Amino acid sequence: MALKERDAAIVGIHEFPLRNVEGRMTSAQIKAASAERALADAGLKWSDVDALYDASEAGDTTGMALAEYFGIHPRVLDTTAMGGSSYEFHASHAKRDIGAGRAKVALLTYGSTARSDSRAIGTGGGRAGGGSSPLRNMEVSWGQTLIASYALVARRHMHQYGTTPEQLAEIAVVTRAHAMRNPEAVKAMTDLRFRDVREITVEDVVKGRMIADPLHLLDCCMISDGGGAVVIAAPEVAAGCRHKPAWILGAGEAVGYSENGRDITVSAGAQSAPLAFAQAGVRPGQCDIAMMYDSFTITVMTLLEDVGFCGKGEGGAFVQGGRLRFDSGTKPALNTDGGGLSSNHPGMRGIFLLIEATRQLRGDSTSQVPGAALAVAHGNGGQLGGRHAGATIVLGRD
Amino acid sequence: MPDASRPLPSFPEPDTQAFWSATAAHELRYQTCRACGSVVFYPRGHCTKCGSRELDSRVSRGEGSVYTYTIVRQNGHPFFSTQVPYVLALVDLDEGFRIYSNVIGLDDPGRDMQVGMRVRVAWEDHGEVALPLFRPA
Repeated sequence: MALKERDAAIVGIHEFPLRNVEGRMTSAQIKAASAERALADAGLKWSDVDALYDASEAGDTTGMALAEYFGIHPRVLDTTAMGGSSYEFHASHAKRDIGAGRAKVALLTYGSTARSDSRAIGTGGGRAGGGSSPLRNMEVSWGQTLIASYALVARRHMHQYGTTPEQLAEIAVVTRAHAMRNPEAVKAMTDLRFRDVREITVEDVVKGRMIADPLHLLDCCMISDGGGAVVIAAPEVAAGCRHKPAWILGAGEAVGYSENGRDITVSAGAQSAPLAFAQAGVRPGQCDIAMMYDSFTITVMTLLEDVGFCGKGEGGAFVQGGRLRFDSGTKPALNTDGGGLSSNHPGMRGIFLLIEATRQLRGDSTSQVPGAALAVAHGNGGQLGGRHAGATIVLGRD
Repeated sequence: MPDASRPLPSFPEPDTQAFWSATAAHELRYQTCRACGSVVFYPRGHCTKCGSRELDSRVSRGEGSVYTYTIVRQNGHPFFSTQVPYVLALVDLDEGFRIYSNVIGLDDPGRDMQVGMRVRVAWEDHGEVALPLFRPA
């Protein structure tokens, strides 16, 4: 495969292994521990880092204060905060900044203690916090939870295209199958006291408790602690790293929001993905791996369509029959680490999309697709039915 | 003791002040652009299509259709936890604007709610403001 773009590559990764730190670690400690391991994975040192990207997700010690906490002096600093998709935005910016010659080694980190803090991310009611804003004034009075926003999309998708709960459930089934092959995911589900740590069926999903119609319990991701780190480097640095580079071939960014007359079954991904694939010079159908942000099953259904694996409204038929399993023999394989549904979702899981895509391109996944050469990671942050961000990263190996 | 009342808009908030002030008189207001005719909602100081700051405020008839909905069955908020299950909907008003709201007055939302259902505004009074909710028309 002729790879057009070789500005920058992912050369170091680490997924923090614990999903429940039981209040014994802070988010910043998770970030630092993950950074150290990702740099070691690359064969690089703290002092090599000259670009730092952070979503300010962990309070006082992050954002502007993160370089101080780490004790480094980068010359590119980027605190883009786009919810769960922040890390795809960061990868996009790192490619841009390294490509422009402004930096050689970029560090992305994530840390969260959502589980230990008992944060009810999806069902906690309107957004907390004070202050007046038009957004707050037009949204908080009617009980719009985060899950409800995704459920609004799911209901409309069903109405418009005839999508069924069973088709959505297929997505949860395939990611659980991948999770059961991943020891860290199995440990996660065990540590988070899932009732059943086993493969699940479509029936298990659709007979489960309804959280916000039409989304059932198993249509929703877990809430874990966790974090990770990614190191992105210039070609001359990547050449000396321990692993083969996962080249960032293309990147695209977008936001979507509630508008009069907007079709809410179409996400920001419909804008970001074509940009990323055009830059990469490849088509979605060529991708071996699809790392689609799975906050909920409907998120994946929407993103598969918007990223371009199938037409809008065709997602229901597309996901049927285990088609997205790593061993189905058809492209792509979906969320081969087990995803947010069954492996790791501390609130903003975009970094894990980059990490698992890189594992696949290295040949290191627990649900490895033989010869995987091309992957797409699409992050979706915010609320799919309202204000959200989407960023697409296309990755390839030599 | 957590506050178990419905969260309400708070002020000062220049963009949405006029919208909420009108609700006290049970007026559901929206804006149209004098320059390009676009409907602007949520309320702002400029037209989101052409940027003009010449906007007219109009009163909606309060009738529209359910664009999509969900029935929320779990919410940890001290007020909404007492309301579950409740219907959260996006309502398309006939004048061309879309608003988040609740659809109330259904015996069994799981049976009775439909996308496309015709609804009419119903006001819930809270002193200085009233909250627009919707009932089947």
